[in-house]
Amino acid sequence: MINFSGNYFDLFGLPPAFRFDVGALDRAYRQLQSEVHPDRFAGGSDAEKRVALQSSARVNEAYRALKDPVLRAQYLLSLRGVEAVGESDTRLPFEFLERQLERREQASDAQAARDARTLSALRDDARSEAHELEDLLAQLLDGGDGDSTVRTRVSELTFLAKLADDIDAMLAGIED
Amino acid sequence: MALLQISEPDEAPAPHQRKRAIGIDLGTTNSLVATVRNGLAVVLPDLDGRPLVPSIVHYGERGIDTGYAAMSQQTRDPQNTIISVKRLMGRGLADLSDARRFPYHFVESPGMVRIATRAGVKSPVEISADLLRALKKRATEALAGAIDGAVVTVPAYFDDAQRQATKDAARLADLPVLRLLNEPTAAAIAYGLDNASEGVYAVYDLGGGTFDISILRLSRGVFEVLATNGDSALGGDDFDHRVFCWVIEVAHLPPLSPSDARLLLVKAREAKENLSEHESAPILATLHGGQVVNVTLTKAIFTEITGNLVAKTLQPVRRALRDAKLQTTDVKGVVMVGGATRMPQVRRAVAEFFGQPPLTNLNPDEVVALGAAMQANKLAGNRESRDDWLLLDVIPLSLGIETMGGLSEKIIPRNATIPVARGQTFTTAKDGQTAMSVHVVQGERERVADCRSLARFELRGIPPMVAGAARILVTFEVDADGLLDVSAREETTGVEATVTVKPSYGLTDGEIATMLSDSFAHAAEDMQARALLEARVDAEQIAAATRTALAADGDLLSADERAAIDAALRALEAMREGSDHVALRGAVESLNRATSDFAARRMNRIVAGALTGRRVDALSS
Repeated sequence: MINFSGNYFDLFGLPPAFRFDVGALDRAYRQLQSEVHPDRFAGGSDAEKRVALQSSARVNEAYRALKDPVLRAQYLLSLRGVEAVGESDTRLPFEFLERQLERREQASDAQAARDARTLSALRDDARSEAHELEDLLAQLLDGGDGDSTVRTRVSELTFLAKLADDIDAMLAGIED
Repeated sequence: MALLQISEPDEAPAPHQRKRAIGIDLGTTNSLVATVRNGLAVVLPDLDGRPLVPSIVHYGERGIDTGYAAMSQQTRDPQNTIISVKRLMGRGLADLSDARRFPYHFVESPGMVRIATRAGVKSPVEISADLLRALKKRATEALAGAIDGAVVTVPAYFDDAQRQATKDAARLADLPVLRLLNEPTAAAIAYGLDNASEGVYAVYDLGGGTFDISILRLSRGVFEVLATNGDSALGGDDFDHRVFCWVIEVAHLPPLSPSDARLLLVKAREAKENLSEHESAPILATLHGGQVVNVTLTKAIFTEITGNLVAKTLQPVRRALRDAKLQTTDVKGVVMVGGATRMPQVRRAVAEFFGQPPLTNLNPDEVVALGAAMQANKLAGNRESRDDWLLLDVIPLSLGIETMGGLSEKIIPRNATIPVARGQTFTTAKDGQTAMSVHVVQGERERVADCRSLARFELRGIPPMVAGAARILVTFEVDADGLLDVSAREETTGVEATVTVKPSYGLTDGEIATMLSDSFAHAAEDMQARALLEARVDAEQIAAATRTALAADGDLLSADERAAIDAALRALEAMREGSDHVALRGAVESLNRATSDFAARRMNRIVAGALTGRRVDALSS
């Protein structure tokens, strides 16, 4: 029997890899939710409703953690026993940090000037760098590379994704 | 080897006994109740064939009137005729920027606003309960029997306080609520199932007092809300008010009495509705002092004076699309819901924004109630397996807690799929600290002062430790109704901290108990009878659910575990016919405790089965 407190990949019957069939994840997610969702137990006992609520919330959490590449990379790290770190990691390479700080500065200037074009260019730039990192991570994580390199790359990805989202929020503020 | 379970003939659940399930659209201006009959969702009309119930309650000398009967009193007795009470749900007096628009005697009270009426001081929850009672009565008569379960709809953008207030109103009206359902989602169910739609759809729902936009992905029986946004204080009412103000201006009217104001407001609404069909609408009224108002509202003027209201709906639309990470071109169809979407300028603006004519081929007043009825039918267990579907909805506003410096730390972000549970660990600031206070807020802004205060929690019973040593995990859980529950435990010792909720704009359990007893006119035996009836219904439900579970998965239990459950079930059965509701309630609780581990094991089996089934599907396809 599958232990419901087991790892997220097992829950969806997927191999624990960074690159996988997203369609298979979506299908497994819907299949699981259609079995455990509280809507299936609206006429059940309190104990059943309680378990359905917890199970459905857990399936949602697992889906979120695997669907998003940043969270998925962090989760794969945590399965290796390596604590994933957030964007506040201070051990990132100096050149990387310098490049991102420069981007952030440019974004702030563009925001002040209400320059949507520059903002969206900066965001797209950050996103494409993030995508490149994802490709690299797919090789590293799925190829079983050393933890320390992987950890740094995951931190960089986390940082970049956050930066892109922040710039996107600035853009949204201008458009509203 | 598992033994076969054979139930007593009289214990076997009747397989085709249909539940009386209803969907209720509790609207700002109008409410409806619908059910599924012969596989078709239908609105239940009154004896005169009218489907709508105006959401109006009149507290008169001779009792309470609702709907059309209350409507006819509104210009005569505006202070005791409550309209648009939905706008007051879960709101404080300070929240009502438009409080002057209401002719009521508002009562200053902490938390939710109250209104002084002839029948005493009323909370919006009690007034809504009066509306729900009228809808329940209509359904009970139409279905010839007590209602087994109801789905009550709420605006998708309703916050926790507004949802809780709605659920409390249903509780006061003694309505068994299966689920609170978001209005645009209900509309999507009705529309999507009728049209077998696939793809991304937007539901633009402009009601009497609320605006919602939801972006959904429909695929093979799954309704997945990708993002929702809105304005819970923007609707057709505001268009009426613009017309009202325009009339006062062009007719050079002095300050009006409450009766005259209500009369003009009614005329303004009529003119608005007229303009959906005609180029101009006369507004003719004789005021109390004999003064005659006679002006003509043209489509052009109406469009001009309401232009910024229409524009105000498009900002949430942009935000919802952005959150869903989609463009207007990704949207396959825009479903129009709510009476206010009949206004041509609204349809034009939506068509222009999305670059396609919106879908207006369904009745915008009825579609929400119809979808709610379909969902109620499914939740009550009446559905056929062939028309099963899965609904994945989201929380509309981020939930957070106040941290140092008055900032909100988001714990659950907006548009997270519900149900959702997230934890956050806190520690103590002082040596030996045994309590801490947590302020829960909802909203997107960074400063707590700009968010909505939901509740303050006192955590007590933290084991004394040195400062910073305690690890208090506070878990936020949002259920399928979109309602928040908070629990806390100290992780190093496993001690559960007690959470005492002080809702900022809600009612406490004590207040609800008082309202319940008031509604029975202090008749203690009524309260007892009701408590017994409720306990019996619960007892029946859990007994049936337990028997079904035992029959299906009894092999998951050891002989001892099975014996314990059987004993709890027997104890419950023995008490079911008695009149001691406290004892019966206790027996229900015991059976719940006895089966909670069993329920978890069954869920594991279901999960395992689901995956196996999927793998088989994958292989065969």
